[in-house]
Amino acid sequence: MRDKAILEMRGIYKSFPGVKALQNVDFTLCAGEIHALMGENGAGKSTLIKVLTGVHIKDEGKISIRTKDGQEQEVQIHSPQEAQRNGISTVYQEISLCPNLSVAENIFLGRGDSAFVSWKKMNKRAGELLQNLGIGVKPTDQLASCSIAVQQMVAIARAVDMECRVLILDEPTSSLDDSEVAKLFKLMRDLKSRGVGIIFVTHFLDQVYEVCDKITVLRDGTLVGEYEIETLPRVQLVSKMLGKELDDMADIKEDVPEFKATDELPVYEGKGLCSSEGISPFDFHIRRGEVNGFTGLLGSGRSECVRTIFGADKVTGGTVKMNGKTVKINKPKDAMKNGIGYLPEDRKRDGIVGDLSVRDNIILALQVKTGFFKPFSKAKATEFANEYIKLLEIKTASVNTPIKSLSGGNQQKVILARWLLTNPEYLILDEPTRGIDVGTKIAIQKLVLKLASEGMSVTFISSETDEMLRTCSRLLVMRDRKLVGELTGSQLTQNTIMNTIAGGDKNAE
Amino acid sequence: MPSKMPSQPKTSFWARLFSHQIVIPILALLLLAIFNLISDPTFFSITLGHNSSGNAVLSGNLISIIDSGSELAILAIGMTLVTAASGGQDISVGAAIAIAGSAMVRVLCGGESSPTELKAPIIVAFLIGVAVAMFFGAFNGTLVAYFKIQPMVATLILFTAGRSIAAWINNNELPIVPGEDFKVFGGYIPGIPIPAPFLIAIVCFIVTWLIMKFTNLGLYVQSVGVNEKTSRLNGLNPELIKLMTYVFLGVCVAVAALIKVSRISSINYSVIAKDIEMDAILAVALGGNALGGGKFSIGASVLGAYVIQFLTTTLYKLEVSAVALPAYKAVVVIILVVLSAPTVREKLSRLGKKLRPDKHGAEASKA
Repeated sequence: MRDKAILEMRGIYKSFPGVKALQNVDFTLCAGEIHALMGENGAGKSTLIKVLTGVHIKDEGKISIRTKDGQEQEVQIHSPQEAQRNGISTVYQEISLCPNLSVAENIFLGRGDSAFVSWKKMNKRAGELLQNLGIGVKPTDQLASCSIAVQQMVAIARAVDMECRVLILDEPTSSLDDSEVAKLFKLMRDLKSRGVGIIFVTHFLDQVYEVCDKITVLRDGTLVGEYEIETLPRVQLVSKMLGKELDDMADIKEDVPEFKATDELPVYEGKGLCSSEGISPFDFHIRRGEVNGFTGLLGSGRSECVRTIFGADKVTGGTVKMNGKTVKINKPKDAMKNGIGYLPEDRKRDGIVGDLSVRDNIILALQVKTGFFKPFSKAKATEFANEYIKLLEIKTASVNTPIKSLSGGNQQKVILARWLLTNPEYLILDEPTRGIDVGTKIAIQKLVLKLASEGMSVTFISSETDEMLRTCSRLLVMRDRKLVGELTGSQLTQNTIMNTIAGGDKNAE
Repeated sequence: MPSKMPSQPKTSFWARLFSHQIVIPILALLLLAIFNLISDPTFFSITLGHNSSGNAVLSGNLISIIDSGSELAILAIGMTLVTAASGGQDISVGAAIAIAGSAMVRVLCGGESSPTELKAPIIVAFLIGVAVAMFFGAFNGTLVAYFKIQPMVATLILFTAGRSIAAWINNNELPIVPGEDFKVFGGYIPGIPIPAPFLIAIVCFIVTWLIMKFTNLGLYVQSVGVNEKTSRLNGLNPELIKLMTYVFLGVCVAVAALIKVSRISSINYSVIAKDIEMDAILAVALGGNALGGGKFSIGASVLGAYVIQFLTTTLYKLEVSAVALPAYKAVVVIILVVLSAPTVREKLSRLGKKLRPDKHGAEASKA
């Protein structure tokens, strides 16, 4: 164990049925250090944290912590309570406090040493703690009346008061505005100076470079490496996260048609689009038979863009023209009427209707489009379903099988079938290949290109850049919820994409 | 990330049996029938007699079951849809029956306490009752769908206030509806020996079945009940669909009210359809419908309603005192509801698979 290390994880393995989530991962945290844990979705960040906090039990490996009196000790963490006893506290992205209780109650909740509570004493102690940490709320305030940032800080205060020496902040800033983030960072630096080790998980590169000392990068469940912040420029970080070396990248481009600027009216054209989900207004268009895509790191706002186009989020501004005609798209049904289909990013939450059969899931969108009084007969519905089960090679016991019992890739195909059945003019696919096997991935990519060659316009989003390069002829780059660039033709290389994603090249050299 | 295991192969007989939600109410019905057959074979005897108005009518325990279970069965139809779409239940149906019934009586009697002839055609009175019940259904539905209030809390308002509103409609008088015509709906249609309420229930069931067949109501309701977010992204309007189910339940309430009022040609605001909401919810649960919303089977709910009535009649027959009846009923109902709960059925169906490991294996390799 290194001298200043307060937490050391060595050779951690964890697998779930069918997935190796962590393989031989090491992680070291020193006292008085803010350590960023980076990686794309599915890289294993959250699994590592869950292993550390006792939500998951590791399959193999060693976790050691330094106890208060400086002794090194190997620990077994089987539950979140045990993690807390060992001085490891977590503040999650969604605040897990009780909004209807007071600040003081939230700090001390569930930790009563006796059955009786002295309100006076509790409020006094909470007051001291809050003052100490420079959090400007009264202990008696109701938590719900505080801003999200303050709620986050109360959660941190709770952790600090439990004498934590390892503080895990899991995406704490995703719902905060700039001034709130600044406040949070001040608190983090303050804790750092007190010798607390902080693990910081975020998708915002700027924030990493603003506040962190070290970066550990994970990819596909394995450790890529641990780096001092000064030695790792942004572009390097992005390339490590995506797993692509900057220069020796063979840019495979085969059958993607070259993007040409023409006078033809775009199928879809939006100007100044914005939504309630807080993305900067953006312009977007797509032509007949074009495949384009939004790229950017997770959380950069690429999904929010397509959700705005489809009307899935509350649209707060912008004008839309379809084939030159002005239309209004405020809700999904408007988009569907105008021939747009949308495969959402979160398959489980937004895509499948779990308890319903494969057949019902396939015909759903078309049945909504045909209207209330035009149901298909069971035979007709089965015929449609079977047609697409065959076309997309969906593996299901029968059309009556509930979709939730299918594997992820097959569920995705069912949702794809649902939209293809509506015969859309413009299809939006948000992460259609996430979490599915390689064979299906390639099948979906091929299908996208085939559909485009038949005249369908497709917007394709994927976390995997090479997948985007294989399919898209134009890429729109998002960073921190802003559209920051458009790449076509010879610009479509891993290098340019990564440079554009990383942006603000302060650390590029 | 943990991923779902691949889909299971073809299931065994038992697994398939328990995966059908209608199985439990059918089994319950069979068990009750067998129990009665053993304890008293005459339970099932049906005789042809004549009622006071000289019509040929059937009588016997079975007839009384299908007769008096009808209002419950009609309500169960609407309650199933409400449950499926909104993941909650309407506890104001009893009070709503009082209101709709009161409105019908008011129209029929024109505000007099004992008129000598009907002041309005029955169909007019009925349609006004339907309109009133639909209005209150829409009221409940709006609270649930647009104001996102827990269904049970939202309908608690009408549950509390409903009977007072019903009394107010007729100035708290108990008018008596004159004539024999109105008695038909709660009695017998001349020339048909089967109780009219049962026939009405069958008509309601068929109409609902036709609606399910010729519209997308079933698909929309289930989709909204299972996953509201997905439904919205597929162009559905979940709020409107939930509201519709409450309005539909309103129609069922009006039909049940017609039968209830017709049975006694009058109305008693505090007693009419008392506690029927609980039985209606029970019928839905007994039918194996997920009370949290989602997939549903109206047939199973209707069957569930008749099981409850069968049980009540059986207990009466065993001369269980009226006071103790609810306690006995509760015991049986608990068992049935637990057995038909979707989670339990899933377990049973898994158990069924385990019971025949060899067969299961063979079928798996075939599939």
